[in-house]
Amino acid sequence: MKTVNTTDTSKRKFLGGAAAVAGIAIAPGVLLQTVNAKPDNEAVSNKVRWGMLIDTNKCGDGCTDCVTACNTENGLTGFERPETDSQWIRKLTLKDKQTGHVQTLPVMCQHCETAPCVDVCPTGASFKREDGIVLVDKHICIGCRYCMMACPYKARSFVHEDLQDQKDHAPRGKGTVESCTMCVHKVDNGENPACVTACNKEHKAMYFGDLNDANSEISKRLKQYGGKQIRADLGLNPGVRYQGV
Amino acid sequence: MKLIRFASIDGNSNGYWGLMALLAAFILAALGSSYYMEHHGHHVTGMTNQIVWGLPHVFAVFLIVAASGALNIASIASVFNKKAYKPLARLSAVLALALLAGGLMILVLDLGRPDRLIIAATIYNFKSIFAWNMILYSGFMGIVGVYIWTMMDETVGRFNRLAGISAFIWRIMLTTGTGSIFGFLVARQGYDAAIMAPMFIIMSFAFGLAIFNLVLFAAYNGTRRELGDAIVKRLRNLLGVFVAAIMYFVVVFHLTNLYATEHHGVEAFILRDGGIFTQLFWIGQVVIGGLIPLALLYAPQLQGCRKSMALASVLIVLGGLAQMYVIIIGGQAYPLQLFPGMEVSSSFFDGVVNSYTPTLAELMLGLGGVAVSLIVVTLALKALHLLPISLADAVADPHHKD
Amino acid sequence: MVLWFRKNLQNIMLAAIAMLLATSVNVNAEVVAPVVPKGKGEQCVEPTDVMRKNHMEMLKHQRDETMHNGIRTKKHALKECIACHVQEDEKGQVARFGDDGHFCSSCHNYAGVNVDCFQCHADRPQELIGKGHKIKPHHTADFKDKAINKEALQALTEVSK
Repeated sequence: MKTVNTTDTSKRKFLGGAAAVAGIAIAPGVLLQTVNAKPDNEAVSNKVRWGMLIDTNKCGDGCTDCVTACNTENGLTGFERPETDSQWIRKLTLKDKQTGHVQTLPVMCQHCETAPCVDVCPTGASFKREDGIVLVDKHICIGCRYCMMACPYKARSFVHEDLQDQKDHAPRGKGTVESCTMCVHKVDNGENPACVTACNKEHKAMYFGDLNDANSEISKRLKQYGGKQIRADLGLNPGVRYQGV
Repeated sequence: MKLIRFASIDGNSNGYWGLMALLAAFILAALGSSYYMEHHGHHVTGMTNQIVWGLPHVFAVFLIVAASGALNIASIASVFNKKAYKPLARLSAVLALALLAGGLMILVLDLGRPDRLIIAATIYNFKSIFAWNMILYSGFMGIVGVYIWTMMDETVGRFNRLAGISAFIWRIMLTTGTGSIFGFLVARQGYDAAIMAPMFIIMSFAFGLAIFNLVLFAAYNGTRRELGDAIVKRLRNLLGVFVAAIMYFVVVFHLTNLYATEHHGVEAFILRDGGIFTQLFWIGQVVIGGLIPLALLYAPQLQGCRKSMALASVLIVLGGLAQMYVIIIGGQAYPLQLFPGMEVSSSFFDGVVNSYTPTLAELMLGLGGVAVSLIVVTLALKALHLLPISLADAVADPHHKD
Repeated sequence: MVLWFRKNLQNIMLAAIAMLLATSVNVNAEVVAPVVPKGKGEQCVEPTDVMRKNHMEMLKHQRDETMHNGIRTKKHALKECIACHVQEDEKGQVARFGDDGHFCSSCHNYAGVNVDCFQCHADRPQELIGKGHKIKPHHTADFKDKAINKEALQALTEVSK
């Protein structure tokens, strides 16, 4: 396995072969992420299932670095109208009614294996990629909002007004529904989602990787320490797991 | 029972043209509202990322539910062979199509991208109950269209019963589909119940019949044709049974929820703490839409009184709209439970009761759908031989003795 | 099956557009071709006449491949079209979609064919975002007096043998 420094992502694709392997070395000897960059012309496959692990014990109280990074990366500028502005990721504060224990954690699209949004979408605009990432094909979204009714995680936003100056890697437009894409444009490029990268600068509470690869950091951690699903009772097998809740 | 003769209405009176103008004005207002909403985006409406279906959906679902119910009169005649209802079957079927058209117009014009309707009509995700509904709606239009043909053209009259049975089965499927839009929403506390489908069917019986009665009275009064007591009495009893049945389903629905601790939160919200939703439930749905109509329909002193029956029908419509409001908007106002047993807060309105204030544009869009339904019926009454020239007891009552 | 529908849908749309155009053909008009801004490179990814006729097919194919299969080859990607064809002028201004000076709208305004790309997609390269005037929502193109004539349509869409 070859380990490449973070800053070198652009070169990675020239390393050749079907799957150039890259990782991010945070400190000497500590490998936090192992991410496969596929060639541009290769379709994603279900051999991979992208997932995230969030360690709520490490998540900073009052820290919103992941939210800021998401907004910057995807150009979610908003109109100062919190009820209608899009939020792809948000920080939740939980307080146990019985014990008073308080904790915070980020919640975004949980990229379910059997996603209710995908089931209910009349046109198939809500869909799950082979590698487990749940997306909205805004080209065929009619803006009926049934997916927003069906999502158990309140993960989706409806674009309520005209947008200007969208990012070229994150097209978004009025009248369609959107949600966390797991930064699919970065993932396809062998990079981590923006929230994970931002979190790794200080708190290191978020891990991204391939749940199907037993040797990935995320799989090893999940195997060793376990990981909970939000609303596990619904049996949706989400790709985002939590520790410490 | 004598031979029933049908005739179109003249439709030349000032009243007729005044009604047409009024309805057209409402339709124009709805189109304008829709343009305004699509031009500026839905942030000019009351909807938010929390309440994603608003007042237009209340009207749309109400009309779609009422549409299948309006077909009941025809079904009772063709499927259950009750001759007394046969003369009203044509109006019943046309009203069903008209109500569905009005409801669908609202739904389409409230989409985020109504310009992409062709996508919705050509690409289906067959696991989506919404996609099934699109097939159910268009199928309903087709089957009821054929059904009307078999009623009005003697050369195909022998297929009438077949068409009637098909339409009856289809309408049961259609309302099952509409109820299941909510019944299949596993994650929301206010929905996720199989009883939604049969409850919507029984709601359709009452709402559809209430609207049918009002249209029937208006048409017979407006054209000064005779409407005998025998048929009116049947409709009156039928309506009362349907209203009582809705109340039964509502009681079962809430009792089941009240038994499960898991649902105590949402039940307390709807039944006790929900502010406008609680008021709409008790005052709108239960009292105005249920108890008062039952009293009006069954009070011995009022048995011959058509005004009381008309009033009951109006109240059932209002109560039905209240019920839809409580189901659709109340169900979204109650927060999603991501972490049961925890107090949750966030920048995205987690854990709080969501507020919704409908705007004028949404109201006009909803009323425009009603106007579309009524204008279709008004035009059809003039264009087609829908109404019997007389429904006097001597003509229309199979048990009448001279 | 979804793909079949999409292909079919496009054919239907094209037929509809062609019919609309046919009704507005003005045979006596002079043939005036639109002024199309030149791209950055020497040669486009496909021959010019192929691009003229089939660019929408390629964009749509690429769009579905990228969206659903994560294929991110650059050759037929909208982003690359924009990067090459939308440039700053001498004054440092960049044309927005809807302006006659914008590569896409130079022709689309002329032909009176609306496109539904730029409500969501960036109409200029990422490094130029922030430059250029604001687009007024819903007023992206004014098709008045822009009826195309038959010869111009032929000239634009004919593929050389």
